[in-house]
Amino acid sequence: MNFPILSLITFLPIVGVIAILLAGGTDDQKNKFSKNVAILISIIDFILSLIVWIKFDSLNKGFQFVENANWITNFVSYKVGVDGISLFLVLLTTFIGPICIFGAINTIDKKIKEYLIAILFMQTFMIGVFLALNLFLFFLFFEGGLIPMFLIIGIWGGERRVYASLKFFLYTFLGSIFMLIAIISIYWNMNTLDIPTLLSSKIPEHLQYYMWFGFFISLAVKLPMFPFHTWLPDAHVEAPTTGSVILAAILLKISGYGFIRFSLGLFPIASEYFANFVFVLSVCAIIYASLVALMQKDMKKLIAYSSVAHMGYVTIGIFSFTKQGVDGAMFQMISHGFVSSALFLCVGVLYDRIHSRLINDYSGVVHFMPKFSLVFLLSSLANVGLPGTSGFIGEFLTLIGSFKVNYIVTMFATSGVILSAAYSLWLCKRVIFGNFSIKQDSNVKILDLDKTETLILFSLMVLILYVGIYPNSILSTISTSVDQSILGFAKNIPSTLITK
Amino acid sequence: MVYAILFLPLLGSILAGLFNKQIGDKTSQILTSTFIVIGACLSILILLRTIEHAEVLQYPIFDFVNSGSLKLHWSIYVDSLTAVMLVVVNSVSALVHIYSIGYMSHDPHKPRFFAYLSLFTFAMLSLITADNFLQMFFGWEGVGVASYLLIGFWFHKESANNASIKAFIVNRVGDFGLLIAMFLIFSTFGTLNFHDVFIHAAEFSKKTIHIFGEEFNLITVICLFLFMGAMGKSAQIILHTWLPDAMEGPTPVSALIHAATMVTAGVFLVVRCSPLFEYSKDALNVVAFVGATTAIFAATIAIVQTDIKRIIAYSTCSQLGYMFFAAGMGAYNVAIFHLFTHAFFKALLFLGAGSVIHGFHDEQDINHMGGVWKKLPFTYVLMIIGTLALTGFPLFAGFYSKDAIIESAFFSKSFFSGYAFVIGILTAFITAIYSWRLIYKTFHGKYNNTHMDISKVHESGLVMLIPLILLSLGAVFSGYLFHNIYLGEESTKFWGTSIFFLEKMKEQEVPEWLTILTPTLVISSIPISYYLFLGNNNVVKTIVDMNKPVHNFLVKKWYFDELYEYLFVNNAKRIGVFFWQKGDVGTIDAYGPDGISNSVKKIAGQASKFQSGYLYHYAFVILIGVALIVTVLMIL
Repeated sequence: MNFPILSLITFLPIVGVIAILLAGGTDDQKNKFSKNVAILISIIDFILSLIVWIKFDSLNKGFQFVENANWITNFVSYKVGVDGISLFLVLLTTFIGPICIFGAINTIDKKIKEYLIAILFMQTFMIGVFLALNLFLFFLFFEGGLIPMFLIIGIWGGERRVYASLKFFLYTFLGSIFMLIAIISIYWNMNTLDIPTLLSSKIPEHLQYYMWFGFFISLAVKLPMFPFHTWLPDAHVEAPTTGSVILAAILLKISGYGFIRFSLGLFPIASEYFANFVFVLSVCAIIYASLVALMQKDMKKLIAYSSVAHMGYVTIGIFSFTKQGVDGAMFQMISHGFVSSALFLCVGVLYDRIHSRLINDYSGVVHFMPKFSLVFLLSSLANVGLPGTSGFIGEFLTLIGSFKVNYIVTMFATSGVILSAAYSLWLCKRVIFGNFSIKQDSNVKILDLDKTETLILFSLMVLILYVGIYPNSILSTISTSVDQSILGFAKNIPSTLITK
Repeated sequence: MVYAILFLPLLGSILAGLFNKQIGDKTSQILTSTFIVIGACLSILILLRTIEHAEVLQYPIFDFVNSGSLKLHWSIYVDSLTAVMLVVVNSVSALVHIYSIGYMSHDPHKPRFFAYLSLFTFAMLSLITADNFLQMFFGWEGVGVASYLLIGFWFHKESANNASIKAFIVNRVGDFGLLIAMFLIFSTFGTLNFHDVFIHAAEFSKKTIHIFGEEFNLITVICLFLFMGAMGKSAQIILHTWLPDAMEGPTPVSALIHAATMVTAGVFLVVRCSPLFEYSKDALNVVAFVGATTAIFAATIAIVQTDIKRIIAYSTCSQLGYMFFAAGMGAYNVAIFHLFTHAFFKALLFLGAGSVIHGFHDEQDINHMGGVWKKLPFTYVLMIIGTLALTGFPLFAGFYSKDAIIESAFFSKSFFSGYAFVIGILTAFITAIYSWRLIYKTFHGKYNNTHMDISKVHESGLVMLIPLILLSLGAVFSGYLFHNIYLGEESTKFWGTSIFFLEKMKEQEVPEWLTILTPTLVISSIPISYYLFLGNNNVVKTIVDMNKPVHNFLVKKWYFDELYEYLFVNNAKRIGVFFWQKGDVGTIDAYGPDGISNSVKKIAGQASKFQSGYLYHYAFVILIGVALIVTVLMIL
């Protein structure tokens, strides 16, 4: 067995937690120590995952760096491994990790030590979700992630934090029950929970429909898909900035990952059967959420609804079962990880200074914060899906992939590009342009981005532009795994549109 | 060399935009301008070389998208069409950069302005040098963003911000069409590379497509969606509303983006896709109809506007209409020729108008000008040159290109050729009338400005006048010099593969009456316009009074803005609120999470009432229970 690098990446944050808990000294010393540990651990974790990327063989069709150990005999083994699809989601997680920790240190002022512990726990669970190669293990991490997030919203959140955190928890927990039932029924019918084995075996058709639905409900709530999305705006609004970043950048991606890995991989027949149903829900999400986003008064709510719309493209892409569609869905998830993080961090920057998230309380921010305005504008344009930014490639590929399969759905979905421009640019206009006027108590001078904020946001901007201009950096690595995921659909889907 | 043309503007933009603190205001202005001037010189070299021997050059940069069968590269593609566009874009951009040094001299945000200008130039260049649809779309959206940033450059102005958003969103409506066209092309041809698509166009010319049960010709549908994109960018009727509002931006921007380059991208797109359009007569008819209608529609509005920049903006809209109907007649080379000459004289007119506005300290209403031709002698002469070129006065640039368009309509067998021909001549006349109206009202007659004394009106400095003089050379000579190359016998060789004709255009003898008709109308418009707007004001007044509704209709720009505001903006907002309040809050939350938790509470509350603690309650329940069981047992 090779060096267990994947397990190391997964559990390193927990090591950090233990170190923080064992630390002694005064409160100040403890806080300082925990900050340093969290930063160090998260950066090492990121470097380790970069090593995995470098050593990753993009032509290998199976899982790589696999580790297998018996855990609960004959029932559950501890098995992890990585392929092209999970690789970038892990990288996204380990990249967002340090950003959140830097951001938290900058902004959280109460119980910083506990907050860092929650974030580190979160990181372990999220990495575990993407790497787990056993359904039981997957479910464990999947559910485990709820707890730290529940605490982050419930303890460090805004005024209505209790309502939001309960709504978040109960909503997603209720959804998960269906997945649990599906997993149990998989075990009783297939006698294994090993994901690679399941991927290569065929689940009987009549069972696929029920199991697909079990997974679907759970994943749809978490994505979130229309009409299960109402927990998201509330959770975002109440969560602290870095909580929102984790929620948007990583937590939402679990569903996309689950759809590709399980819905497509395990239940291909059912997926095809339900594809149109998913399309309709996705298009509803895109148009409905965009229109609702247009009228929001709270910046975070606006971005939350825009997330719902953007996730609509992900599901359209995945359920087109075309190479471009799934490529695009993967790309859209990674891109949304960068863009929504940047946007939420931007709102956080404003909130730290002015203590308001209401759009009407701002105007002409650019007069005092030119650097910030540049970042805000660029992120908004990436959110609009401007070519040259990462946002465009994801939207374009998902739509071009799905057009062949269902042109009507694609045309409706494409109208989202007009609406996203409307709500994003209108937001920019109201917040950063215009005459300077900000509701505030005292005449405190509004400062532009400080060094940490500049570093975090500019690194996100560089990534948004880099993958937007050179998308092959990601596409070439995921190609083989995406091919595998749509192998079951290899028979050419007849084009309904073009006749001879 | 070609790499330098493309990337110098980008470099300039980055330096001026991000490092202006380090290099200073002056350096960033000089740097960006120099870069573009170098680009302009190189572009002229390329055009000369292409004229000598037409060749297609392709320079790869690196992989772009690689997803299954979708394989695209970033690359630079230069054929005759691109070479012509390179000269237009770079030379106008270079002159506008230089002009802006003078025009923006009092603005506190100079480096930002120059960064945007250079960014725009970069995007426009990547649009015209693309060898596939996706890279072209990158440039297409890039110019859109640059335009958005520049229209809203004075970000403290509410109207400028609104105009910039409007421009972007209306363009996005067009982009929607362009995206659908790309999806269709990819599902048909399996590629987005121009070359691969165009050589297979003939094979698909008979294919049909089912949309909602109806059968349509595939190429026609593709072309119509492509044209939807072109309509947005080139401000054709229905999607034109953003262009006049875009005049909120600084005047050099209007000259560069909203007259000479970006707005002509739609024409470029249609000409670039001529191998597709040639296989669809229906699509060409639509192009011709929309183009001709826009030409006259915009001209009728221009005649009643009073804002100097808006008059020229509507004039641009109208001239773009000319280009489209030329393309619709299948005379793609004529369309590009008009694009070429128009770039020079329209940029000249805009920059001249800028010089006037500058001289009047930001006055834009022509009713508040007049009688200042002696105070602004150079600007006056240059504006006259621009006007002569625009109206198509014999031997000036517009004369060659506009007459060629009208002739192409005359000879064409297209369905709308008669319509286009009549409108072409009529619009030429109206154009001449409103152009001279502008000149007379601005420079002649009484001085009408009450806010400032005439002595304060001043001529612009050399840094602004020299670009104007260079542009005026283009406005005078570009028609005479190039009409043989673009239209004459040599033209087939010059255009090479860049423009595709299904049927060879035959050289035909133009009847004598036609060669005389338009110039006569144009020349006669000078005294007519003089009489109407200077000689006898009462005539116009009487006409306006007699036709109040018509006049209002024109002043209100055919009520397009009001209609859109009512139909789209208000409804989108209303639906947004409806979905949010009635959908999310009122339905999903009310019956979903909140509803469930409320009913759980309620049921729990009811259930807890059972445990009242009173013995007789319990005894009563037991009694009822026993009675029930006994009854059930007895029945069974």
